[in-house]
Amino acid sequence: MSSNSGYNRLFDPMQETGRPLDFAQHGLGNKTVGNSFSDKAKMSVRNLNVYYDDKQAIHDVSLDINRNEVMAMIGPSGCGKSTFLRCLNRMNDTIDNCKVEGEVTLDEHNIYDRKQDVVPLRARVGIVFQKPNPFPKSIYENVAYGPRVHGLVSRRAQLDEIVEDSLRRASLWDEVKDRLFSSGTGLSGGQQQRLCIARTIAVNPEVILMDEPCSALDPIATARIEELMADLSQNFTIAIVTHSMQQAARVSNRTAYFHMGRLIEVNDTRRVFTNPEHALTEAYITGRFG
Amino acid sequence: MAKMTPNTVSARKHVDTMALVTRNLGKRKRAEWRFRAYGVAAILFGFACLLILFSDIIAKGHGAFFQTQVYVQVPLNAQRLQITDPSSTAQLAKANYDSVIEQGLIEDQMRINGAIGSTAADKRQLLNLISTGAVYTVEETLSDTPSLLNQTVGVWLVADDDVDNYVKSLGHSGEGISGRLSQQQQGWVDNWIAHEQVRQAFNTTFFTSGDSREPEQAGIRSALMGSLFMLLVTIGLSFPIGIAAAIYLEEYAPKNGLTDFIEVNINNLAAVPSIIFGLLGLAIFIGFFDMPRSIPLVGGLVLTLMTLPTIIISSRAAIKAVPPSIRDAAYGLGASKMQVVLHHVVPLAMPGMLTGAIIGFAQALGETAPLLMIGMVAFIVDVPDNLMDPSSALPVQIFLWADSPERAFVERTSAAIMVLLAFLITMNGLAVWLRHRLGRSHQ
Repeated sequence: MSSNSGYNRLFDPMQETGRPLDFAQHGLGNKTVGNSFSDKAKMSVRNLNVYYDDKQAIHDVSLDINRNEVMAMIGPSGCGKSTFLRCLNRMNDTIDNCKVEGEVTLDEHNIYDRKQDVVPLRARVGIVFQKPNPFPKSIYENVAYGPRVHGLVSRRAQLDEIVEDSLRRASLWDEVKDRLFSSGTGLSGGQQQRLCIARTIAVNPEVILMDEPCSALDPIATARIEELMADLSQNFTIAIVTHSMQQAARVSNRTAYFHMGRLIEVNDTRRVFTNPEHALTEAYITGRFG
Repeated sequence: MAKMTPNTVSARKHVDTMALVTRNLGKRKRAEWRFRAYGVAAILFGFACLLILFSDIIAKGHGAFFQTQVYVQVPLNAQRLQITDPSSTAQLAKANYDSVIEQGLIEDQMRINGAIGSTAADKRQLLNLISTGAVYTVEETLSDTPSLLNQTVGVWLVADDDVDNYVKSLGHSGEGISGRLSQQQQGWVDNWIAHEQVRQAFNTTFFTSGDSREPEQAGIRSALMGSLFMLLVTIGLSFPIGIAAAIYLEEYAPKNGLTDFIEVNINNLAAVPSIIFGLLGLAIFIGFFDMPRSIPLVGGLVLTLMTLPTIIISSRAAIKAVPPSIRDAAYGLGASKMQVVLHHVVPLAMPGMLTGAIIGFAQALGETAPLLMIGMVAFIVDVPDNLMDPSSALPVQIFLWADSPERAFVERTSAAIMVLLAFLITMNGLAVWLRHRLGRSHQ
């Protein structure tokens, strides 16, 4: 029943355009089109299946994320893109009924290996969430928290340096340098999100995951974060989930389109938005559903 | 439908709606006002009850903080005292102070009155006007200044509780309640009053001594110290155990049948009558572990068992209320589970945990029934020095005094209630202050 209603929801807008999708030809069970694989991958995902209890959220997804690229993940609500992102640093471990199958490697090492500790993994793969979530502590303490828990510094001067450097890289330093010890929750939404980015950078990760980082922000704050992403991609590998196709088009090198738990298409961003290979991708980016 | 002019449709609708809205507006406002009034009435009712309770207790109890003293010239005659050396404590301890007090009283009344009855019964009646504890005042005077031996010295002696009542009732209504005083005794007291030999002094005995059969010598110190020791045991055990249990259940324990079972049982335990915990303490701590009866340690352990469910439930609720986004943020930075709990969850949940814990402790402080089961209802005169000394507890002391027939215990009961309330208010004030402080440091 549920798959049938999904099919109908998908199908209706197509009929209006007079170009119904042929599911036998373009259907959901088919392999991903485009270039999922790469020989300079920072992270590789192979045959990933994710279940919440009995419900399968991710169906057999394989994808490579390249070093120093910005990979955007787009798709309609509930398509599994956030779940996929959270698999990349095992944030799903904190959800009791979530089960992950398949392989995710970081520098050719399986992060779902039994011996893998999540603590060092999350130091290497940081995450920025949808809603800005600074700790209810001072700005300084927010940024210093990561280096502190990982024991990255031994002297206060070093910590000061990391805090300043991280805030500068998150282009927040000039706005907060005079009030480092006032509360992080007193900043504006955009500043809070940049604080969260600074907090993530402070641990010096290799990969930064961003889960719709601008969806709670106004356009000006969004523009600042998008600028920031371009700068950050010189040093970090970034994977971003976004609802905004314009944002994906602006910030990313490659784009992956998810649909109902399946990875439909992966390609260079320009190619996805100008010449999509898959009919579902085309339907989504032209706004016929989503 | 589609052919209708949209303008007319919406205009007519608008008029109808506005008319309806206006017509109902008054009704809605009245309902709104009534709803507020119910709340105000509820608060006023609560305040009125509290006011009645407090004014009743204070009216009855304030007298207990003062006691009647009588000025008597006591001849410290060595022969009557049956001592030779006033610097020897052994001799002082055995001296016959009653005799010199009696002599002082007789001479006193002779001076005022000219004569008293000469029978032994008359003399006994006269001596009965002074508290049996007065001998200690005389002993103290003598041991402080041994040179006073064989001299006459004026001392303020604590009056007997019947005199105390009589004098206080005279002060209140002008009409003395004689109680157990005979006509003759009343006359003597009236003489004292006439010669200004009677005063109301602050009742230090009430705060410095333990229970006594004589109301004028009875104090709450033993009960207060017993309550304090029990509270220390309860705070020391139930707060860490309760919080540790809550953190484990909320953050670590898998959600399965066993944890559901544990949760249901904790909720049930919170509703178990406290006397059952007393029986449990009697069976386990006294019966099985063979601990002594009436000691604050056992009382504290029983109260710990009683408050644990309250603390666990409120701590779990406080932990649940910590926003998941904070947990995500910390996990996302690579904090370990313990770091997430200690750095973020516990500090944010602490105000809530404290509130629950203080409610539990206040409940424990006022608890009587389980203490009856473990023997803390005993008549304890000595002030306990440590957790293993037999002692009473404030609510138990109130229970005991409320049961006593002497009139003077009525005001002492109310006074003890006032002390207990002051204790509770102090604790709650402390909790509010702590919560405010902790809350502010996490803004």
